[in-house]
Amino acid sequence: MEVPILKQGGHLIAAIQAALTDADLIRLQDALVEQVGRYRSKGVIIDVTALDVMDSFATRTLRSMAHMIKLRGAETVICGIQPEVAFAMVQLGLTLEGISTALDLEEGLALLNRRTVNSNQSV
Amino acid sequence: MEGETRVHIGSEIDIIEARERGRTIGKLVGFHPVDQTIIATAISEIARNIIFFAKQGTMSFEVIAEGNRRGILIVAKDSGPGIADISMAMQDGYSTSRGLGLGLPGVRRLMDEFQVISIVGKGTTVTMKKWVAHYD
Amino acid sequence: MSKRDEPRVSESEEVVPNEPRSELLRQLVAHLRDNRTQLRQEWARRITQASLLTAMSQDEIFAEATTIYENYVDALESGTFEALQAYARNLSERIIPRGVETDEVVGIVLLLRDVLARSLFAKYQQDFALLNRILDAYEPAANKIANTVAVSFVQERERTIRQQQEAIRELSTPVLQVRERLLILPIIGVIDPQRARQLTEQLLRGIRTNRAKVVVIDITGVAAMDSTVANHLVQTVEACRLLGAKVIVTGLSPVIAQTLVTIGVDLAKMNTVGDLQGGIEEAEKSLGYKVVPGER
Repeated sequence: MEVPILKQGGHLIAAIQAALTDADLIRLQDALVEQVGRYRSKGVIIDVTALDVMDSFATRTLRSMAHMIKLRGAETVICGIQPEVAFAMVQLGLTLEGISTALDLEEGLALLNRRTVNSNQSV
Repeated sequence: MEGETRVHIGSEIDIIEARERGRTIGKLVGFHPVDQTIIATAISEIARNIIFFAKQGTMSFEVIAEGNRRGILIVAKDSGPGIADISMAMQDGYSTSRGLGLGLPGVRRLMDEFQVISIVGKGTTVTMKKWVAHYD
Repeated sequence: MSKRDEPRVSESEEVVPNEPRSELLRQLVAHLRDNRTQLRQEWARRITQASLLTAMSQDEIFAEATTIYENYVDALESGTFEALQAYARNLSERIIPRGVETDEVVGIVLLLRDVLARSLFAKYQQDFALLNRILDAYEPAANKIANTVAVSFVQERERTIRQQQEAIRELSTPVLQVRERLLILPIIGVIDPQRARQLTEQLLRGIRTNRAKVVVIDITGVAAMDSTVANHLVQTVEACRLLGAKVIVTGLSPVIAQTLVTIGVDLAKMNTVGDLQGGIEEAEKSLGYKVVPGER
């Protein structure tokens, strides 16, 4: 299933709708890494509210996605991880170290806006 | 809920099918939502190992009872290359650094009982159980 | 009261073929129904005499005895135990909170068995062979009944205990909202893996419902922590972060600080502040609150 990517201001929002196959995730990664450059986006939000399982592959892919996006000059925020999913992830030993997280889309956008404003000021 | 149900693992889509099957059975047996997610996560990891290392295999699910407690039994079988050193594969951190870890120690933490039998060149069988925790 | 061990001399003299078991049970049930008033009274009297069910009044005992008696005879007659089991559960649910113990419940059922066996003995003592057959038909059913009641009681009791433990645990890990988007979790006492798990689940739910951005976990009330629990704490901190909440841990005792360092917990992942007060100030700062002295 294709993940729709929306442009909202200077940010990209990828809203995952249902359980993804590994191939879907890789496609999402390629699309985001490409579009960050094309739209000169400063931030990317990946909304995982719909994911009821995050195993090591999904976590690893999200992590490398965030790192690639960083190399392309944008921030990534992962939002909407469900409490049960978070619980299972840490038991499995999976973390999203170094990547910003937010409760939901609203929080994610607020976080990115704060960051972007701060970096604009500091320039 | 009687007998066992089996899922053929041959492609990534089967991973999703397997974990959904596990979650459904988990719900029927009476697992707490957190435990349903934990079971689905464990299934996902093990099913993925089958795809990565053996290309294909099967996963079977069974409702089990022992005295007063009930639970789920999951058996994953493949005829892949097998694991040469199981005790090493069960150590935390083994090969996870390379990014394609077996993740076995993590899965063991998720489940109540966990056993791996592997013969090099013949295949691997992972047997895992989880019991319903009493929340009633 | 069992007559099984009695030499069964009369059996060889028996000319008439034995009645089928169902016929014996029918006779038995008829006898127990015909004499129910007297037998129930006798049973209630024996219960009081044996100082069982002291938590209940005479009237209550008699009321329960009446119902149990009917269920008992019904079970004997039908050979099915579901109704009796349901009643035993229901009874247990009502009397467990009043402190009735397992031995009392087993005791009253055994007394009823005894009262009924004596009555059968009195009725059939003229015909020993028949008495023996009646008792042979009665005993297995009576045992099954005693077993059913006792097991129902014990199961009900275990369920109650589990519920109470749950309730105590819930109480012992309150997730408090002190300000908008700020939660405090004061942990007091011993943390075992089960409690650690429950605490994490509660906290994660709390973060979601209160839309919390900062959580202060205060462990001043925790005396010691082994490496398993310390790892749970680290996992809790990480799980909160996955939901987008920042965790500040306060009140680490010197011993716990040592444990954490010894087991090699990555302290870089943990925000720690000396005491709860400091933790709340830190939390308010990161929420954007400014603490200003109040006007006088």
